Amino acid sequence: MSQQAKKPGGIGIPGILKGLATTARTMSKPAHTAEYPDAPPHLPPRSRGVIALLEENCTSCMLCARECPDWCIYIDSHKETIPATTPGGRERQRNVLDRFAIDFSLCMYCGICIEVCPFDALHWSPEFEYAELDIRDLLHEKDRLGQWMPTVPPPSALDEHSAEAAEIGATTRPGRLVRTTPARPPASRATPAGQQAESAPDTAPETPPETAPETGE
Amino acid sequence: MSDAVEVTLRAVGVLAAFLVLPLLVGQTEHKVMAHMQGRLGPMYAGGFHGWAQLVADGVKFVQKEDITPAAADRRIFRFAPAVALVPYLVALAAIPLSPDVVAADLPASAVFVLAATAVGILGTLMAGWASANKYSLLGAMRAAAQLLSYELPMVLAVASVCLAAGSLSLSGIAAAWSPWWLVFQLPGAVVFLVAAVAELQRPPFDMPVADSEIVFGAYTEYTGLRFAFFLLGEYAGIVVMSLLFAVLYLGGWRGLFSDQLGWLWTLLKGFCIAVVVIWLRVAWPRLREDQLQRLAWLVLVPLALAQLAITGVWVVTTA
Repeated sequence: MSQQAKKPGGIGIPGILKGLATTARTMSKPAHTAEYPDAPPHLPPRSRGVIALLEENCTSCMLCARECPDWCIYIDSHKETIPATTPGGRERQRNVLDRFAIDFSLCMYCGICIEVCPFDALHWSPEFEYAELDIRDLLHEKDRLGQWMPTVPPPSALDEHSAEAAEIGATTRPGRLVRTTPARPPASRATPAGQQAESAPDTAPETPPETAPETGE
Repeated sequence: MSDAVEVTLRAVGVLAAFLVLPLLVGQTEHKVMAHMQGRLGPMYAGGFHGWAQLVADGVKFVQKEDITPAAADRRIFRFAPAVALVPYLVALAAIPLSPDVVAADLPASAVFVLAATAVGILGTLMAGWASANKYSLLGAMRAAAQLLSYELPMVLAVASVCLAAGSLSLSGIAAAWSPWWLVFQLPGAVVFLVAAVAELQRPPFDMPVADSEIVFGAYTEYTGLRFAFFLLGEYAGIVVMSLLFAVLYLGGWRGLFSDQLGWLWTLLKGFCIAVVVIWLRVAWPRLREDQLQRLAWLVLVPLALAQLAITGVWVVTTA
């Protein structure tokens, strides 16, 4: 102890007392322990518990299965022919999902499948209590994946000053101004003199500021 | 006949205290250490805040297989836990909780208790030697070295108190105690506490069982009930040393209502010392072997000698 006293920058014995004080102070405060099975854990928003499947949105496009780094998504589907709705119309085909399974013993929770899904069929759910006694029981089929769908939280609200979402912007923005130049595309090759004169007043106010510094040099 | 009954009753009383108090200290250690580390400690065994955790531990230890290594010295290996445990039982019998509540009131109980507790280390030595394991042997050697260095300051500190009280009996010492001793005998008390923690091989003096260096020292090869006996011996040692400290330096049963509640005062004071011993374990890291020896010979022994000299001068001048 006498040797220790010299070492830490001359604080020595007070350092030892500081250790006692720290532990005593910690004891006077409430413990940090979260009594998990008795008290529900406090999960952060967007926590990655399990991947839920919204089956109606899935088109069996296989993008998720192909992007999965460890190939833990299994998809089987077949094509179904929809008869033509109008007489003489064309028959159409669509994919019907037979099997969608994720092997959570292989999944590394990277979330790439959720990112790549073009139709929002896969979602992060905060549910995490799906441990099994046998590793083979971690292969979950689409009905089990669908059961987690109600636990998916709604998407978090945007930041206060962020730009509005593209989808909302598209619907609320006033329609694009229709230009009154119906003959312009053909005019790009052969330009009649009258039309060029008509467009000149539009471009005229812009050009002087650009050219002015250049002429000064 | 009535003598035999009385002896039996006293023996049963000491045994009950011997089985209950270490568990109490152990449970306190679980909870105090946990809260000092921001945890809760045992919460489930027994229902209320895990009060039965050590009982559950005992049941678990009983169920474990009792293994004796093939190369071990079988008889000594199996006998060692008893040698580590029984001396503390003997020492506990001689510690007075109050002038009336004492199992065996000896004329020189201070010397007797010190001698008995020093025997406990022999169990560690025997265990380490008989295990036929290099880590066990290293641990046992460290324990022996530690005993040699720390027994001296401890005895000197106790000698100073005995000198001041003019008695070798613990009852006599506590009777002669006065609150002024809290200052007068303070260096000796500190030396005694440090030496007691070292002799119990408790952190920060736990080199003999330093698990990060030598597995678990002399107890490496032990399993099941025999291992539990070593652990029980450690906590019984805390009880004995804490009570001894309370009687020697804190006046034992002296306090409010000491006529009726004397023994409770001793237990309370001893419990506070036990909490301090636990606190030291939580707050301080383990000393290195050479730091340990340096502390004993360069700090504690001179301090204890100075205390003894001061006490001697005081006794001579006041007598």
